[in-house]
Amino acid sequence: MSNKGYNANFINRQSFIELDARERATALFDAGTSRELLGPFDRVESPWLPMQGVTPQADDGCVVMKGKITGQAAVVVALEGAFQGGSMGEVSGEKMTAALDLACADNEKGIPTSAVILLETGGVRLQEANLGLAAIAELMASILVLRKHAPVICLTAGTVGCFGGMSLAAGLASYVVMTREARLGMNGPEVIEQENGVEEFDSSDRALIWAIHGGEQRYATGLADALVDDDTPQVADAIRRFVSKGVPPVHRSSQVALYRNRIEELDTSRQWDPKEFRALWATNGSNEEKR
Amino acid sequence: MEQIEFNYAAKRKVHKRAHVGVVGSGDLEVVLEPAEGDVASVFIRTSVHGFRDTWKAVLDRFFTNYDGAVRIQINDAGATPGSVQLRLEQAAEVSER
Repeated sequence: MSNKGYNANFINRQSFIELDARERATALFDAGTSRELLGPFDRVESPWLPMQGVTPQADDGCVVMKGKITGQAAVVVALEGAFQGGSMGEVSGEKMTAALDLACADNEKGIPTSAVILLETGGVRLQEANLGLAAIAELMASILVLRKHAPVICLTAGTVGCFGGMSLAAGLASYVVMTREARLGMNGPEVIEQENGVEEFDSSDRALIWAIHGGEQRYATGLADALVDDDTPQVADAIRRFVSKGVPPVHRSSQVALYRNRIEELDTSRQWDPKEFRALWATNGSNEEKR
Repeated sequence: MEQIEFNYAAKRKVHKRAHVGVVGSGDLEVVLEPAEGDVASVFIRTSVHGFRDTWKAVLDRFFTNYDGAVRIQINDAGATPGSVQLRLEQAAEVSER
């Protein structure tokens, strides 16, 4: 993990961000152990998109793979950010939820099975409206059950980032892994600007966006557990580390009092600078050991 | 969304299926599967209307070199003819590997 602000090995690195969802998922498993479930040849696709004149994708933008990570059973579910912004529809949501539920059933049968969710998503797929909302609610319920047995690791590598309802799913994860290029937040910059005006959030200011939603800031304020370079071996290594670590003693989302106090202590009558905010929250509630 | 179908004559069996691409802006997904008989069938779903002649021209050209008996599903999100040609060739290559 680098704290340098740039990747010294930039030229030789194997970019993770440039991989599609299927390649990303495959890259996280022990070599040769992964197989895809409900892949594009099974054609379980959205029935709702064609009705609205939108071309569907054969896997609904959701790749489910089973295999081994550090020799232990694991399921990886990756959203394809290039298809409909990685949005959650009825089918993609059900695929992710069912994968986690099956992992949970395996854990209950005595087969330790971790889950990794790769979130590149704007949240609910607007064309599927309530079905997308319901899918995210079900997914969150499944994460809560599974994470008692095995770690649920959320990886947001970029460049779509993780927004909307799916940011809440990320918040429930046992561990959150991000790159500097990734963003994580409930409301995206454009939504905030639209609702509260440009004084509140200038969505054309990319430096500001990353200073608030970016992986570096999320890690520094304890809302992510690892910050990795856009380098495939480094990303896979972080995932292996958290799989080996198992269930954290306390999940971030269970620390209600801690976060309630922190939010109450914030003086919201003035505008906060991201750096100043980072200094305030730097005593982080992260699940990774302090280094 | 427009649906277009074409059929071409095929001479040989193909043994492996292939999936390439993504239904993202300016790109397309090609799902290629072995089929029985001596026909290659192509099913296109495209977000852009009114380009049937262009699709036919691209596929006619592809099938002057390709003679596999396959079923090809194309899910298109506004790819240019050049991208379509490359994705088709990529799918054919993956299925021959």
